[in-house]
Amino acid sequence: MNLECIDLSIGYRQPIAENINFTLAQGDFLCVLGANGTGKTTLIKTILGIMRPLAGEVLYDGQKEHCRIAYLPQHLNVQQEFPATVGEVVLSGMMVHHHGFFYGQKAKKKADDIMRSLNIRDLKKRSYKQLSGGQRQRVLLARALCADNELLVVDEPVNGLDAQAKEQMYAMLAKLHQEENMTIIMISHDVQQAIRYATHILDMQAPMMFLSKEHYIKNKQMEISSWA
Amino acid sequence: MGVIWDKLLYYLQYPFVIYALIVGVLISLVASLLGVTLVIKKYSLLGDGLSHVAFGAMAIAAILHFSDELPFTIVVTIISAIFILKKGNNAQLSGDALVAMFSVGSLALGYLGLSLFSTSSNISGDVCTTLFGSTSILTLTLTDVVISVVCSLLIILIYLINYHQFFALSFDDEHAKASGMNTDRYNLILAVITAVVIVLAMNLVGSLLISALIVFPALSAMRVCTSFRSVTIAASLLSMLCAFSGIVISILAGTPVGPTIVAADMFVYVLVCLWNGGKR
Repeated sequence: MNLECIDLSIGYRQPIAENINFTLAQGDFLCVLGANGTGKTTLIKTILGIMRPLAGEVLYDGQKEHCRIAYLPQHLNVQQEFPATVGEVVLSGMMVHHHGFFYGQKAKKKADDIMRSLNIRDLKKRSYKQLSGGQRQRVLLARALCADNELLVVDEPVNGLDAQAKEQMYAMLAKLHQEENMTIIMISHDVQQAIRYATHILDMQAPMMFLSKEHYIKNKQMEISSWA
Repeated sequence: MGVIWDKLLYYLQYPFVIYALIVGVLISLVASLLGVTLVIKKYSLLGDGLSHVAFGAMAIAAILHFSDELPFTIVVTIISAIFILKKGNNAQLSGDALVAMFSVGSLALGYLGLSLFSTSSNISGDVCTTLFGSTSILTLTLTDVVISVVCSLLIILIYLINYHQFFALSFDDEHAKASGMNTDRYNLILAVITAVVIVLAMNLVGSLLISALIVFPALSAMRVCTSFRSVTIAASLLSMLCAFSGIVISILAGTPVGPTIVAADMFVYVLVCLWNGGKR
């Protein structure tokens, strides 16, 4: 999916960040950097349609209305004690537009395929609240992929995970980007990883910058050499 | 045992007992269905607050001498539910404080109104009936029965049709919104049916005890079941079982209906905790 932000101002009543302009083409991987309070989460909530922009607009493939976006929130922000199986959580990604008490065969098949590709098929009957952080994050990623496979928005995907689970998470995102050609927006604190995987960087720290990765690296190098 | 059985069969000849059983079981069913979502969304107290609003509304209806208090009470409670939900999302006044204000405010005004304007000779008896239910489930008019049954069936239908939406709303409403679901609409539906369930349940257990019907079956089911679907089904079954046995026991033992049903719900919860604790 193509995504355009035009003169976007975001915030709750008071703007946190203003004049955000950038365009992403299908298959771009944007990493949003910046300290706490610079509006990273507010930006993705606005892109997701959870919040309204204060000014400007977001266009999805040139349209104002988005229908579905795959969204992976931080697992710590999602209900921890929710009584549901992994299968139910994953299926819920595609069921929001489906009415009735039962799941269709097609939906079950799709969820199974996605769970298999993320190596969580054997957890299907397990209770969500008994999973580890890394497993939960994979379950939530599977749910996101059930909702959409064009634009994926990820909020600090490795927060609260151990080193091994972090690596697995990044590997999965890289695979989705390279093999499925998904457009990905990821919030991260981790500049190193961002530079490893992203094609574009949006630095929310003032003065806000939207650059391709190569330009961003060149900029940083110039900054460092000017210190010397 | 035979004596009890004879006594039960004797009571079952009366239509009011049959009415009470049908309405009681249905209302408990819908209360527990909603309960699962309300408990998970941490809205348990919304039910409690609305039940006090319903008490105030019923008091006004009584003062104004409405022939049937139910429709008026339902409308007032629905409006309050929508108001609390809309304003509760507003940062100036938290939902929690708003519920508290509505709840005690309408309780006070309701009792004040009744004691100033009521023509009844036994105000405290009337108030006690509204708060604790006592025998009002056994004195239902045919209109009350029809309204309760139709509303309950409608709510069950709405719940089943929108089952996946309620799941998404309870689990992660931000994700649901990002997937294109109109979460405001479903929150509204939730508020409206909560209001209706509460007014209906007033006849059964009285306004002070309604939250018990909402929370106990859901909490019991959540202790033993892993999947959301099994929680929903188990909560409904437990709730219907407790309502049925509560009504039967209260008829046989002459105890007040509402507290007996709630005691049955608590008993099941304790049993489930013991069983579950023993397993671990």
